[in-house]
Amino acid sequence: MAENSNNTNQTATVRVKRGLAEMLKGGVIMDVVNAEQAKIAEDAGAVAVMALERVPADIRRDGGISRMSDPEMIIGIQEVCTIPVMAKVRIGHFVEAQILEHLGVDYVDESEVLSPADETHHVDKFAFKVPFVCGATNLGEALRRISEGACMIRSKGEAGTGNIIEAVRHLRSITGDIRAITLADNAELFEWAKKLQAPLPLVQEIAETGKLPVPLFCAGGIATPADAAMAMQLGAESVFVGSGIFKSNDPAPRARAIVEATTNFGDPEVLARVSRGLGAPMTGIGMDDSIKFADRGW
Amino acid sequence: MVTTQQSGRRCVGVLALQGAFAKHTSMLEDCDPDLEVIEVRTPKQLEMVDGLIIPGGESSTISKLLDLNDLRQPLAERLDAGMPVFGTCAGMILLATEVLDGREDQHSFATIDLSVRRNGYGSQLDSFEADLLIVGLDDPYQAIFIRAPKVEAVGSSVEILASIDDSPALVRSGQRLASSFHPELTNDVRLHRMFLDTCF
Repeated sequence: MAENSNNTNQTATVRVKRGLAEMLKGGVIMDVVNAEQAKIAEDAGAVAVMALERVPADIRRDGGISRMSDPEMIIGIQEVCTIPVMAKVRIGHFVEAQILEHLGVDYVDESEVLSPADETHHVDKFAFKVPFVCGATNLGEALRRISEGACMIRSKGEAGTGNIIEAVRHLRSITGDIRAITLADNAELFEWAKKLQAPLPLVQEIAETGKLPVPLFCAGGIATPADAAMAMQLGAESVFVGSGIFKSNDPAPRARAIVEATTNFGDPEVLARVSRGLGAPMTGIGMDDSIKFADRGW
Repeated sequence: MVTTQQSGRRCVGVLALQGAFAKHTSMLEDCDPDLEVIEVRTPKQLEMVDGLIIPGGESSTISKLLDLNDLRQPLAERLDAGMPVFGTCAGMILLATEVLDGREDQHSFATIDLSVRRNGYGSQLDSFEADLLIVGLDDPYQAIFIRAPKVEAVGSSVEILASIDDSPALVRSGQRLASSFHPELTNDVRLHRMFLDTCF
């Protein structure tokens, strides 16, 4: 008979906070605006849902200030889901984060998709038990977020556009710089830290391991199974799909196809099969005449 | 079926549909450089392995992907035939006979006589790490529980190797192991070694 272990339990350690991100790898995190969509997402095989009041495409269209969602709506989604529930706070808005932590959400996204609350500071994420995911357009931004306590990084892309080009740019920038750092000598690492405006120990860690210290996911513009597989082949470890599912003609089959494509991202036979007959994807929105969410974050 | 007997090289698979499969793969490789470790996503890959790790992840997602990738039936047959297996967290749920608080469309293989409650320790805020005393290991093992399943009952054929707050956390039944925690999130390979010793 095993001896009973107890009284040593520690919650909210770095390993525990990063650990949930590890469990979401190879999966799809879907934006949902109500319990009904959350059910569709979970039925399709989502690994987590992001609860928010308006998907990014609508935020982009409507303009105005966008904020943390109504707790009532988040609770409604928590009640129907067995998978983790995430929710967004404005950049720097630590009180919205306190509220989400109190609601018991599984992950907080400090997100550029909402209107920033602070033009200089991000949330001190070490002050929270709930883990945070943050967006990044390049490696320096990713490392600054990690140094503030982020436990997962998602490349930002440009949310709500249905256009993958920004996500590709950001992913390539992050993974390309990681590859370059692994070839740098010690003297060059100081220069990298300066150039990236990132803490030297994190740059040194990347030189040693060849990867970010936390999982790297991709977001912002994924609309098709092929988009998801491309992000995965470029080095993303999971994908966030926002407007791409529920702004398409037939969300449920598209959601499942993107889940299958994310698992079998290297298998063109599967990708060809799941891409067939999905109906119209979301209509793309031009980026030129509207605000760039990705520029938010410091 | 190509197994050790034909290829001469021992081969262990990690089910790679979703979740923390990459970390399991690298830890198995750390245990034994001569071991062939493959990611299993297709029935053909499943045929090649002598033993299998089912990793942590979301059990409802993995269950769905087993159907979508035509792995449900072949995996059930290998498990019924006694293939050594180690299920961690979501993997434990998939090996259990009874799943409480799961989804109606989520199906487990009833490989180990266990009743588990999905997310039985609570939400992410309740996730924790603890030092476990494990039968067969001299020193405590740092175990990380992430939205972990809680074992509520075990059958008489099941050996309890570790418990936390009176709930079994690591169990063995013949050549089958299951843990409610994540041995792949530390660098401690002792449980991976224990599994390989069980396999071969």
